[in-house]
Amino acid sequence: MLYVNVFSRDDVKPLNNAIETNDLTRKFNGLVAVDKLNIAVENGEIFGLLGPNGAGKTTTISMLCTILKPSSGTATVNGFDIAKQAPQVRKSIGIVFQDPSVDDRLTGRENLYMHANLYSVPTSEQKSRIDRVLKLVELEDRADHILRTYSGGMRRRLEIARGLIHYPKVLFLDEPTIGLNPQTREHIWTYIQELKKTQDITMVLTTHYMEEADRLADRIGIIDYGKIVALDTPSRLKETLEGDIMTIKAKETEKLAAALAHKMNILKTNITEGTLEITVRGGRSLLPRVVETATENNVFVESISLREPNLEDVFLHYTGRAIRPEAGSERHGMDAAKRRAIK
Amino acid sequence: MTEIRGVYTLWLRETKRYLRDRVRIFSSFFQPLLWLVIFGTGIRFSGTIGNLTYQEYIFLGIIGQTLLFTSMFMGISVIWDREFGFLKEILVAPISRFSIFLGKMLGDSTDALIQGTIVFALGTLLGIQLNLLIFLEVLPIMLLITFGLVSIGLTIASFIGSLESFGVIQSFINLPLFFLSGALFPIRGDIPVWLQIAPSFNPLTYGIDALRTVVLGNAWVPLHDLHYNLLVVGFFDVIMIIIGTWAFSRRK
Repeated sequence: MLYVNVFSRDDVKPLNNAIETNDLTRKFNGLVAVDKLNIAVENGEIFGLLGPNGAGKTTTISMLCTILKPSSGTATVNGFDIAKQAPQVRKSIGIVFQDPSVDDRLTGRENLYMHANLYSVPTSEQKSRIDRVLKLVELEDRADHILRTYSGGMRRRLEIARGLIHYPKVLFLDEPTIGLNPQTREHIWTYIQELKKTQDITMVLTTHYMEEADRLADRIGIIDYGKIVALDTPSRLKETLEGDIMTIKAKETEKLAAALAHKMNILKTNITEGTLEITVRGGRSLLPRVVETATENNVFVESISLREPNLEDVFLHYTGRAIRPEAGSERHGMDAAKRRAIK
Repeated sequence: MTEIRGVYTLWLRETKRYLRDRVRIFSSFFQPLLWLVIFGTGIRFSGTIGNLTYQEYIFLGIIGQTLLFTSMFMGISVIWDREFGFLKEILVAPISRFSIFLGKMLGDSTDALIQGTIVFALGTLLGIQLNLLIFLEVLPIMLLITFGLVSIGLTIASFIGSLESFGVIQSFINLPLFFLSGALFPIRGDIPVWLQIAPSFNPLTYGIDALRTVVLGNAWVPLHDLHYNLLVVGFFDVIMIIIGTWAFSRRK
């Protein structure tokens, strides 16, 4: 009753940015989880927030979804202020939470009807919309089963379907594939890409999987300690790291590194046990000369591989640490998987 | 309309969940049955209360107890929803916190009412004089009693993080409210003053008195006028709904 007309009235003004944040900050007992965040998400894009666990991704999303109050700063979603116009924000967004949020005692279809009613989807349209989203996530044949019988991936797909029923203009996907197996993950990626093609929708995706961000996002904001440290398209982020990365497995890496430094322009050197990693321009043409140098200096080379920088390198470059080797993150994923699987 | 639909949706959900839980329905009238059959029969042969047998006396007390225990237990649904994440889905929905609270409260009250009705039906087996007309009068009174009690459970649950602590707090509230409601023994006449005064602060006292007035008719001398009883219970409901909505509206 309260919010019915608001949508149509404010819908008129055109917006270039689906989301804008202005020094958005959230503290928990003195700990700064999100630190003066300034991002602008353009209409129709998939925006990736990439960062390790605890970087502030979920906190950011929670504030944008109006579940959490910012400590300071402001933000708008679809032109609505998250603090002052929470109901309008809620009406215009869809959310797929990191943790499961479906009712496992109800059937898939019942969960979707409940959602449709909570978001006041016209009764006459409910059936067709629900059938459509069920088809989209390929759950038509399981729709009338109690959710307890669903696998983790099926629940996830149902949650994505649910997030779409009320035609949100912005869909938040918080770690959509955490704790899922590779096949299911692949499946969900395909859905997300399909959605972008077929729906007029903006998506904000958080992830700590490089591959996920690289594959899905139009632009990526790398977030660390609650701050955006880099923001660009995946390819441009990778381009900022000049050159190719050559990984050489050899016995005397130090000696080889010194010899190579005389022969070519090395942008960056990184030596770990038995492995020499150098960044060079035009790696392909330099390969023969690396082998040559090794032979001249009597260094036995086991293998050489050459690759272009990936997002992992980008992340390392900007934050000074790798995103992966974090025992917590794997455990976290497993916890999520467990929570999804039990019940 | 949005809000009413939200309330309806949440009510429907609670009721569906309840009706699918057969174990809960069956187990829930087992305990009242023990009270009525074993405890009630045992005490019955030790004496009567006024011109009522003890079983007749405690019957509506046990109805009150069933409503109390079931209603309080419903608070668990909030903790459950939080634990399994469903609460987030409700909290980000574009309906007001008042509607969320109301929908949940009405749903849980319906469950408690069904429970109370089952126990009520047991009364006929015990030879208590019941008919459809009495039942239709009892129904709204039972509902009125549950609103406030369910709200207590929901309010407490919204402050408490874990199932375990909820269980502990629940028994802290359940038993005093049960014992001090006149459900098991008369709270007037030749008993200590404190046992007469304490129940007057208990909304359940008024609820059970109202039930007895309606069901037992002339055999029962009411503590208070029926309308006064209903007014007290209704007033308590309103206060608890306000407190409950406030508890649900807190945003971190």
